[in-house]
Amino acid sequence: MKIVTVRRISQVFFFCLFVWFCIVSSFGTKWFQLRGWPADLILQLDPLVAVGTLLTTHTIYKGLLWGLATIILTIIFGRVFCGWICPFGAFHQFIGWLGSRRRKLKERIAANRYRKAAVLKYFFLVAFLAAALIPLGSKTVLLTGLLDPIPFFHRSFNLIVLPIADRFTGVLSVAPRVYDGAFLVGGVFLAAVFMNLLIPRFYCRFLCPTGALLGFLGRFAIWRIGKNLAACSNCMQCEKSCEGACSPAREIRISECVLCFNCYDQCRENVMVYATGESKGGEIALPDMTRRGLIVSSVSGLLAAQLFPLASTTAAGSTTLIRPPGSLPEAEFLQRCIKCGQCMRICPTNIIVPSGLFDGIENLWTPVLNFTDGTSGCQLNCTACGHVCPTSAVRPISLTEKLGVDAFADKGPIRIGSAYVDRTRCLPWAMKKPCIVCQENCPVTPKAIFVTETFETVRSGEREIRSALGSDIQVSGPSMVQGQYGTGDFYVAVGEGELETRHRIFSNGENSISFGTETAAEFHQGNTVKIQVRLLQPNIDLSRCIGCGTCMHECPLGGRRGVRVTSDNESRSMKKIA
Amino acid sequence: MNSEQSEKQISRRKFISRVTKAGVSIAVAGGLGYTFYDSVGPSGALTKSVVSVPDFSMAELGKKMAVARGEDRQETLEKAFGALGGIENFIKKGDRVLLKVNAAFASPPILSATTNPDLVARCIELCLKAGAASVSVTDNPINDPAACFKLTGIEAATASSGGKLFLPRDSYFKPTTVPGGSLITNWPILFEPLEGITKLIGISPVKDHERSGASMSMKNWYGLLGGHRNIFHQDIHNTIKELAMMVRPTLVVLDGTTAMMTNGPTGGALSDLKNTNTMIVSTDQVAADAFGCTLLGKTAADLPYITKAAAAGVGTSDYESLKPIML
Repeated sequence: MKIVTVRRISQVFFFCLFVWFCIVSSFGTKWFQLRGWPADLILQLDPLVAVGTLLTTHTIYKGLLWGLATIILTIIFGRVFCGWICPFGAFHQFIGWLGSRRRKLKERIAANRYRKAAVLKYFFLVAFLAAALIPLGSKTVLLTGLLDPIPFFHRSFNLIVLPIADRFTGVLSVAPRVYDGAFLVGGVFLAAVFMNLLIPRFYCRFLCPTGALLGFLGRFAIWRIGKNLAACSNCMQCEKSCEGACSPAREIRISECVLCFNCYDQCRENVMVYATGESKGGEIALPDMTRRGLIVSSVSGLLAAQLFPLASTTAAGSTTLIRPPGSLPEAEFLQRCIKCGQCMRICPTNIIVPSGLFDGIENLWTPVLNFTDGTSGCQLNCTACGHVCPTSAVRPISLTEKLGVDAFADKGPIRIGSAYVDRTRCLPWAMKKPCIVCQENCPVTPKAIFVTETFETVRSGEREIRSALGSDIQVSGPSMVQGQYGTGDFYVAVGEGELETRHRIFSNGENSISFGTETAAEFHQGNTVKIQVRLLQPNIDLSRCIGCGTCMHECPLGGRRGVRVTSDNESRSMKKIA
Repeated sequence: MNSEQSEKQISRRKFISRVTKAGVSIAVAGGLGYTFYDSVGPSGALTKSVVSVPDFSMAELGKKMAVARGEDRQETLEKAFGALGGIENFIKKGDRVLLKVNAAFASPPILSATTNPDLVARCIELCLKAGAASVSVTDNPINDPAACFKLTGIEAATASSGGKLFLPRDSYFKPTTVPGGSLITNWPILFEPLEGITKLIGISPVKDHERSGASMSMKNWYGLLGGHRNIFHQDIHNTIKELAMMVRPTLVVLDGTTAMMTNGPTGGALSDLKNTNTMIVSTDQVAADAFGCTLLGKTAADLPYITKAAAAGVGTSDYESLKPIML
């Protein structure tokens, strides 16, 4: 079998594995749904995730150690990850192949030539790592997730590709998934994909910070691609489909070579070899990055990191964003989150969504909770999000920790925020309409929402009794809509002070009120009575509320909910009010 | 592989060099991986307290209190100290002293919302005269710190009398937990000015305070709190009690020369003030406050934090038991 065939099989395998891991990252009881699948494996193989979080946290979290395997592989063989494993690279390669099928040889060679701009990715890498490494007065920030290919691909698949596919199939989720800011996530993804039509592997060659990291690491690769003869016929077939644009025909750039073996496969004179020696055409082992470039990019990274504390979104590690349960304190959270969207994919109620541009670049695409869309609030007995988080920005909490029982009874439940009733909008408070859906749905035991019972006289509710007969009374005043007081929530109050009594209305006509049973003795012609509505008005018990947002989700007010959750009182912050 | 491979040969020396470098790289990567591997993950715990406020009280001198009447703060301060055996009794040669003033608001001294600058100046001078190696002044005000110290006159008073001013900076705050407390836990306090000092004097005016009833010596420690401290107002009496448990000063100076009777703690009008002409110096902050509140027409029983602090063993609300020296 030809080596390029083996390479293609490897690429297809890892691509399928990637898609499979995205698919299994859904919540349910079907055999393929999350049940011990190593859904983060490809993310863990990405060494930039390990290196980035190592710089910010000085730890390598659990499975991220897999990145070490990729690093060792690269030190020995070169960028085998890019050409053989990376599913995003495989996808780019495929689209690039589609785009160049009809091209002439000359055009293809031109498209695959080395360009100076390839150095950009090294600038991005150095800037990201500098921002992750040196705090200079404030905490470090992990920004690699903006461009890191595996989180990028996961995010795009999790939030865009699968939700669209699922809209037609309905296999993974019954309700269509909703993600705020999907246009930005999808737009960036499509741009990266379509650039392949102009220049194959555009993203890999110019932007990919992981490729850049591996480019640095591959400088001592023991085996490398190269020519075993300086004087070949210069047919340039080797550069026709060179994936890395590493100029194999001339001085080969080892740091750019993604080991696609196309040159080896295409060479008619068997000049291209993969061996220990240096290419007879000459080779450049290091990236095309000058000392000056290195300094400029690291200083830019450091300066960029200094901009974040200027914005209120990250100042003093505080935030108004509501994060998934188990999220680390905000500053540490931002040192770990790689914006991969795994938590957003797994969330069974679809309330974890990517943050948008308004919350700052440092928060872009990090998970925040949206209680108005989705299918419910944060489910009381669900801890899925932390268990798929590859970096523990959201910790894998146990149910006992989340609920604050057993060993965690002292600490109490994990609160992600707290709910507030807006008495100027809440129907029973503001509009004197019975409602109380929020209280009914509060999942906490005992409920964090409790009610105040009150009777309010309705508009034009003061009436004089014209006559009382059997179970009916006739009243004065403007005519009523038939049945409007027959909902079971309305009463007629008669008498004053201590002597006041209420009688539930069964139904009403335009001028009559019926009680269903014999009218009470209090009703006499000439009496003044009040038509009243019985209201249960919701109140929040802050000491019980965990901020799950179920109340907010169920509130019938669409424009702006009458009960809203804010990040106040969240467990991961010092700002506790209860 | 290719049969012509031999032609792309590498010198033995180069090969060994490259393999060595690759080997070292792998060893370094592996070593880093091994060293930093975290099989447990982060705990999610919030900042842990790292400091505690030392005890600055001088138990050997016992509980004392002196009350001097008069309009001139500098005079009454000296008289009160004199009654307690002179400031030399408290400040020894070489002591590094910190004055915790109340500079909460950016308002002029005449409004008496903050510690009077003449009083600060005289206190610094007395300490230096007693042989103090240094006297510093600090507070974490509510209004903009720079403006507060400038407008209250405390900055100028400190500079002219030879003291050193500490404006609060982020890096000066360190988290602490009050032993036996439940509210002030792992909470950032203005610690840098406290570091290395040997004597602490609280020096504050007598003021009306809407939420707690009165702001005097114990409430003055609120100005050591950092962070989003307004969450403490929801349980103000227990918070003040914990502040008094946290800080055990050498002594407190409670300035009742002009008391803010209404509209506290900001005041803002001369009509809020009343000349009560009293200067209290005490080694017992609870007793000082118990006496001080009488200037506002209140009793210790009106202020739950006084009873709570006394019950917590910080001091006594029965100031008479200290046999205060009345001048």
